[in-house]
Amino acid sequence: MSSVTETATAAVATPERLAELLDDQDYLADDGAATACFLALRMGRPLFLEGDAGVGKTELAKAVAAVLGGSLIRLQCYEGIDAAQALYDWDYPRQLLHLRAAQAAGVEEVTELESGLYDRRFLLARPLLRALEGGGNAPGVLLVDEIDRADDEFEAFLLEFLSDFTISIPELGTVRAAVPPVVVLTSNRTREVHDALKRRCLYHWMPHPDFRREVDIIRRRLPGATERLVRDVAAAVQRLRDPAASGVDLLKPPGVAESIDWTAALLALGARELDPDLAARTLGALVKHREDHEGVRRRLSALLNGHGSEAAG
Amino acid sequence: MPTGARDITETMLGFVRALRAGGVRSGTGRARAFFDALDALDVTDPEAVYWAGRLTLCSGPADLRRYDACFAYYFSADPLRPAARTPPVTVLRPVMWPSGRDRTRGEDDPDPQHLAAASDAEVLRSRDIATLTEGERAEVARLLGLLATRRPHRRTHRTAPARRGRLDHPRTLRATLRQGGEPLRLLRRDRTTRPRRVVLLIDVSGSMSPYADALLRLAHAVARGHPGHTEVFSVGTRLTRLTREMRVRDPDVALAAAGAAIPDWSGGTRLGVELKEFLDVYGQRGMARGSLAVIASDGWERGDAALLGTQMARLSRLAHRTVWANPHKAQPGYEPLTAGMRAALPHVDDFVSGHSLDALEELATAVIGGRVKRGGAGA
Repeated sequence: MSSVTETATAAVATPERLAELLDDQDYLADDGAATACFLALRMGRPLFLEGDAGVGKTELAKAVAAVLGGSLIRLQCYEGIDAAQALYDWDYPRQLLHLRAAQAAGVEEVTELESGLYDRRFLLARPLLRALEGGGNAPGVLLVDEIDRADDEFEAFLLEFLSDFTISIPELGTVRAAVPPVVVLTSNRTREVHDALKRRCLYHWMPHPDFRREVDIIRRRLPGATERLVRDVAAAVQRLRDPAASGVDLLKPPGVAESIDWTAALLALGARELDPDLAARTLGALVKHREDHEGVRRRLSALLNGHGSEAAG
Repeated sequence: MPTGARDITETMLGFVRALRAGGVRSGTGRARAFFDALDALDVTDPEAVYWAGRLTLCSGPADLRRYDACFAYYFSADPLRPAARTPPVTVLRPVMWPSGRDRTRGEDDPDPQHLAAASDAEVLRSRDIATLTEGERAEVARLLGLLATRRPHRRTHRTAPARRGRLDHPRTLRATLRQGGEPLRLLRRDRTTRPRRVVLLIDVSGSMSPYADALLRLAHAVARGHPGHTEVFSVGTRLTRLTREMRVRDPDVALAAAGAAIPDWSGGTRLGVELKEFLDVYGQRGMARGSLAVIASDGWERGDAALLGTQMARLSRLAHRTVWANPHKAQPGYEPLTAGMRAALPHVDDFVSGHSLDALEELATAVIGGRVKRGGAGA
């Protein structure tokens, strides 16, 4: 496995430089995320990102793709996903039609029929094949999203793919990547991913951002929001993630994605700062369980009142 | 960094060794990756070294805490004490099962006493396990060891060739090609089934101690008959995952391992708290999702019954079916009056007894095995 091309990595000399480039793409990476991506590029290793839902794992992959100027190819994993859905498939209905058409034209020779049938134009490239064929010089980013949802068998299959970046198609031959894609795997830890796969990857646990970073992220995403509103939201969300501070133990603590959604919802209502009434009306953007909704609603004023100290700090 | 005269490679290797001693399982491959990462970064920058190690040597959140402690210890001029290992736990092994010597005799030699017990098996079947003598318990244990459970299944997204279902284009095409382009038969494929996950939560608190061993043996039988799709936990005052212990083939070895792993034999019950822990750590993330969840407990909740109710509601929303086995249910005139039981019952699909061999067999084959004989909860 070779690392990505010179041109792509030349601009990325240090993790700090990569953080700046990610910043240009509106992704505010902390030291850990920047170093992880830097090493993934430099060492040519897949990056395994784990963390609670909504901390920005997928966003990071998108931002890296943008920095490299390559395309982002996303493979969403699910239970029962198999090679045909991940690699390639033949367009069978079109092949059948082709057969009928060839027959109507009077072709009777079976070998001729067959060679016409397994033509590149009938091949449907699925994400992994697309990632290998991907654009010219810039490496693409292959995002294998939520690998923990796929079965063990698929994991083993992926292992093979990641070790040599080739796909052999019996009817056509072997496809090899000119530039191996940068691979980012994400997991929400619904189950333990096999150690053999993790061993090939750099492992990074993505935490929730701290107050300051969260303010920066929201502000970057929603430039229209007032400083006050962003700070109010970030402070409230930070509290909600800590059961000791908020007094509510949420089934699903909000991630950055939810903070952004919430701010956007508040913004849509023309809010300039957070007040209990507005918060109650927009709570659906922040918490997604009925129990959480009730718990937060009951403590809403306490949650919002405490923000002063944190906003200052 | 305490490099001094020492070479950087040596220092870093020492760190990897220290990390291994601290419980982070990082093999040579990971160590190599660590050095590659150090090559790519500025090795004199502690921050860079920290991340190089963390990204290459760790493989899960559990490793991160150990890593941080080890890093602070190894690279600080004023070394803190390494993170204390978990204090040793005193384990009370269950004493009700026969010792190894008795067991081997029972298997190898035609011991008259053993044969006598076997002929009494039919009588034993329906008797309450709590009232049995030690010999009879051993017999129940032996019979439970013979139990073969059927596997519950669920339909999946994956398909296989079938008589009916949607059109199987690839096979139809190949058949067509063989027939010179004439689609004579339309071949089909349909969705397959996969084993459904079974999650067993077994109460090992004091009030359940007469039944805990038999229930754990049942769990072992289920785990063996349904390998890779069974998760076993003990509840009491602490939630303990026993899945690994239950993978051992021999029931007695598995039980001994489980006994060693469970720190809270015959303690109190905090079902609500532990169910919450189970759901937070494993269940919500997917272990309980679509599973068959079996709780074996008498519902003597010392904690907050309301919490148990909420958590059961959560579990029932995640799981395909929830089954509650309560050994006291079979007693004449039993009413689910304990606060815990009352709070849990509305969220239970099957409420069964599980007090005797017969009842356990029924639990294993009829309920866990996918077919439900008696439906509905008692409340």
